[in-house]
Amino acid sequence: MATATPVSRKKITGGSFLIEERQLDEVFTPEDFTDEHRQIAQTTDEFALKEIAPVADKLEKKDWALTRELLTKASELGLTSVEVPETYGGMDMDKVSAAIVAERIAKYGSFVVTFGAHSGIGTLPIVYFGTEEQKRKYLPKLATAEFVGAYALSESSSGSDALNCRTKAVLSPDGKHYILNGEKMWITNASFADVFIIFAKVDGEKFSAFIVEKTFPGFAVGAEEHKMGIRGSSTCPLILNDCKVPVENLLGEIGKGHIIAFNILNLGRFKLGAGCVGGARTALQDAIAYAKQRKAFNTTISQFGLIREMIADMAVDIWTGESAVYRTVGMMDVALSEIDKGSPDATRETRKAIEEYAVECSIIKVWGSEALDRAVDATVQVYGGYGFVEEYPAERAYRDSRVNRIFEGTNEINRLIITGFLMKRAMTGQLPLMPAIKRLMDEVLGGPSMSETPEGPLAAEKAIVANAKKIALFTAGAASQKYMQALVDQQEIMGALADIIIETYCMESAVLRAEKLAERGAELATAMTQVYVARAMVTIEAAARKVIAAIAEGDMLRTQMAILRRLLKYEPINTIALREKIAARVIEQGKYVTA
Amino acid sequence: MKILVCMKQVPQKDAPLKLNESGTWIREDVSYEVNEPDAYALEEALRQKEKHGGEVVVITAGPARAQQVLREALAKGADRAIHLEDAGFVGLDAFNTARAFAAAIKDQPFDLIFTGLQSDDYGFAQTGVILAELLGWPHATIIMQIEKKDSGIRVKRELEAGFFQYVDMPIPAVLTIQSGINKLRYATLIGIKQAKNKPMKKVTLAEAQSALAPNLQQIRRLYIPEKTKKTELLQGGAAEVAKKLVEKLRDEARVI
Ligand SMILES: Cc1cc2nc3c(=O)[nH]c(=O)nc-3n(C[C@H](O)[C@H](O)[C@H](O)COP(=O)(O)OP(=O)(O)OC[C@H]3O[C@@H](n4cnc5c(N)ncnc54)[C@H](O)[C@@H]3O)c2cc1C
Repeated sequence: MATATPVSRKKITGGSFLIEERQLDEVFTPEDFTDEHRQIAQTTDEFALKEIAPVADKLEKKDWALTRELLTKASELGLTSVEVPETYGGMDMDKVSAAIVAERIAKYGSFVVTFGAHSGIGTLPIVYFGTEEQKRKYLPKLATAEFVGAYALSESSSGSDALNCRTKAVLSPDGKHYILNGEKMWITNASFADVFIIFAKVDGEKFSAFIVEKTFPGFAVGAEEHKMGIRGSSTCPLILNDCKVPVENLLGEIGKGHIIAFNILNLGRFKLGAGCVGGARTALQDAIAYAKQRKAFNTTISQFGLIREMIADMAVDIWTGESAVYRTVGMMDVALSEIDKGSPDATRETRKAIEEYAVECSIIKVWGSEALDRAVDATVQVYGGYGFVEEYPAERAYRDSRVNRIFEGTNEINRLIITGFLMKRAMTGQLPLMPAIKRLMDEVLGGPSMSETPEGPLAAEKAIVANAKKIALFTAGAASQKYMQALVDQQEIMGALADIIIETYCMESAVLRAEKLAERGAELATAMTQVYVARAMVTIEAAARKVIAAIAEGDMLRTQMAILRRLLKYEPINTIALREKIAARVIEQGKYVTA
Repeated sequence: MKILVCMKQVPQKDAPLKLNESGTWIREDVSYEVNEPDAYALEEALRQKEKHGGEVVVITAGPARAQQVLREALAKGADRAIHLEDAGFVGLDAFNTARAFAAAIKDQPFDLIFTGLQSDDYGFAQTGVILAELLGWPHATIIMQIEKKDSGIRVKRELEAGFFQYVDMPIPAVLTIQSGINKLRYATLIGIKQAKNKPMKKVTLAEAQSALAPNLQQIRRLYIPEKTKKTELLQGGAAEVAKKLVEKLRDEARVI
C-alpha cells in the first residue's frame, strides 16, 4: 500500500516536540508500514493466535517445558532476534519491526513478559555492551533460544534504587574469577533461563555487570513467587553463594554497570508500551465479542450507551497508543539509519541514538501501561459478573496488566525521568527549552494574541495541541522559576508536569496521524483523535491548575491563572456523538479498526 | 520439479460484507487474505520442492492489493512471482482467468500446476480444471497427497463419504488441492527479508487481452440471504408426522 505522505529522513531532536512543530512527513505512523512491516505483523499475529493463545491455560500453570518450546518456535520465525545483528544469527531489523513484534505478540500477558525478558533485557545487554567473544559465544544461542536469557538487577532492598545493590563481586586470588555473593529478587525467567545478566558491586563499590550461566558453581534459583498476575511467567530470587564467574564474563567496564542498567531499561521501554497497546487490542476484541452476545433487558448489552462509551474509549486509546509508539520508533529508525553498521563505534552510536528518545520512550511506557489498565478494567466491567470469574479472559487480563506499571522502572520513576530529563537537557542547552519558555512568557504577559483561524477538519485540535505545548512550557517555566534546581525535590510538581508532557505528546501524535490520514478520508480516525484530545485536556487542565496553585498565591496566582485560562480556552466538542460513531464501527467490525 | 501455484486474494473470512451499489458484487473496502485452499496448495508445492528440488512460482490475477498474496508466498519460500495486475482481472470468470494464466505462462515449462480446490469468494472450483484443458494436460481434483513416481505422480483424491481414490498420472498435470492436507508454515522474518529481492513479474491487462473473450458467466444480482421464519404444524399420527418430518429435514432443510 502506498503511503499518503512519504516519511522524511530528517533527524529529530529528542524532547523537541514541546518546542517544535512537526511536519506531517516527519511523522511515522502505522499507515507508513512497508510491506515487510505488515508481513511481520501478520506472522507475529498468527503465531500468537495459533501457538500461544490456545495453550495459555497450560502456560498459566507454569509449564516451563512448553514455555521454552514456544520460545524456540518463536525463534525459528526470527521473532526473538529482531534486534540481534545478522553476524550473530539475528534478524537485525529496524525498531519499527521490533515494536510490531512486541505489539502483536502481546495476546497473553505471561508469555509477553517471558518473551520480553529473553529477547529484550536478557539478550540486548550483550548486543550493546558485549565484547566480540561474548557476542560470538552467547548471541547465536540466545537468538535461537537454545539459551534463554534473564536480567537480574533488582534486589529485595533495592528495586527502583537499583544502584544501591548489595550483591558483591570480588576478584579471586588467582585473578581468574569474580566471586559473587548476594541475592537478586523478582527475576523473570529465572526458573528456566540459562544465561543471566547479573549486576553486582566489585569490592562492594563499583557497580558492574556480569554474564552468569546457570551452571556456574555457587549459582542457585530460589522458589517461585506467588503473583497477582502473569502467573505463567517465572519470577524467582537468585542466590549467589561464592558464585564463580570467569573474568572474561565481566560485561562492559568495571564501575560502568549503571550505563548498562539504565540503557537496557531505556531500550526496552518502547516495547513495553507497544506490548500494552497490543494487549489493549485483545481486551477490546474480547469486550466487543462479549457485549454483542450478552442479552439484558431484551437487547444485547452492546446497544447500551454506557457500554458503547467504554468500547469507544478503548478504541481511542489504542489509536492514540499506536500513534505515539510508531511515531517514536520511527524517529529512532531515522536516527539509527545514519549509523554505519560496520564502524567500530556502531553499537555506541546505536545506544546514543536510542537514548536520544528517552523521554518519548518513558512517555510510551507510562501512558501505555496505564491505557492497558483502563482497557482491561473496562473489559471486566463489560463482562459484569463474568468479568470477575476466572473462566473468562477478562479476569486474567485484568490481573496480568497491573505489573506493567511496576517493572521496567515504576511509573513514578518514569514520570520523574520525563520531567527530569527534559530539565537537564534544558539546563545544558541541548534542547532550547529555556528560550522557548522566555518567548512564551513574553507572549502571554503581553496579553491575548490574535488566534489564527483554524483550518481543516482537525483545526481546533491543532490549536489545542499548540496551546497544550504552551501550557507545558508555562507551568514548567513557572515551576523552575520558583524552585530553580530544587524542582527535582518537588515530586508532585514533577509528576504533574510529566502528566502534561505525556498527554501533549500522545494527543499530538494522534492529531498528526489523523491529519496524515485525512487525505484519504479519515472519519473514524478523526473522531478517535477528537475524543482523545478532549480527554487529554481534562488531565492537562487538572495538572496545570495543581501546579500553578502550588507555586503561586495572591495576585501572582490570579495572573497565572488568567494566563492558564487563556491557554485552556476551546470550544467543547460533542464527544458523546463521536464516541457513538466510533463504537458503532468497531462493534460492527468486532475489533479495533481505523477506518 | 517446477511447480506453478495459482493463488487468489479473497475477502477475509470473518469480514462483514456489504453489497456494492449495483448489487452485483461486494464492496471493495474489506480486508483481504489468501484464499485458504491456495495456502495449502502453496505449502504442498514448497514441500515437494524441499523433497525433490526445483522451483516454485506463484501467480495471481488482481489489482495492486493482490500483490500481498504473492509477497506472502515469496516470504514463505516461493522463488518468484507473476502478477497479472489490474482491477479488470477481478471480474473474470473461471474460463477467462484460466486463459489469462495460460497466456502468462506460455513458453514456461512446468511439471505441475497447483490451484486451490476452489476460491472462498466465487467458489467456481473450475479455474484449475479449465487451465488443464487449455494446456492440454491431465488434471485431478480434491488432492490430498502427491507422491513422485518414476513415470509421473501418484495422487490421493478425496471422494464423498470418507472414500479416497489413488490415481497414477503423467506429468505435466494440473492438481486442485484440498484444504487442511498439511500444516501451513509461517512466513519467517528472514523469509520476509529475502522476499524483497525475489523477482516479481508484472503482466498488464493489455498484454493478456488477446487471450481473453467475453465472460461466459455473469453475476446478475447478489443478495444477502433473507432470514425468514415460518412455522408449519405437521398433522396426523405419530408415525406419519415422523415420516413427514424426516422428509422435510432431508429435502427442505437439507440437514440430514
Ligand atoms: C513480575 C515482576 C517481574 C520482574 N522482573 C524483573 C527482572 O527480570 N529483573 C529485575 O531486575 N527486576 C525485575 N522486577 C523488579 C522490578 O523492576 C521492581 O519491582 C521495580 O523496579 C520496583 O522496585 P521495588 O519493587 O524495589 O519497589 P520500590 O523501589 O521500593 O518502590 C516502591 C514504591 O516507591 C516508589 N518509589 C521508589 N523510589 C521512588 C522515588 N525516588 N521517587 C518516588 N517514588 C519512588 C515506587 O514508584 C513504588 O511506587 C520484576 C518485578 C515484578 C513484579
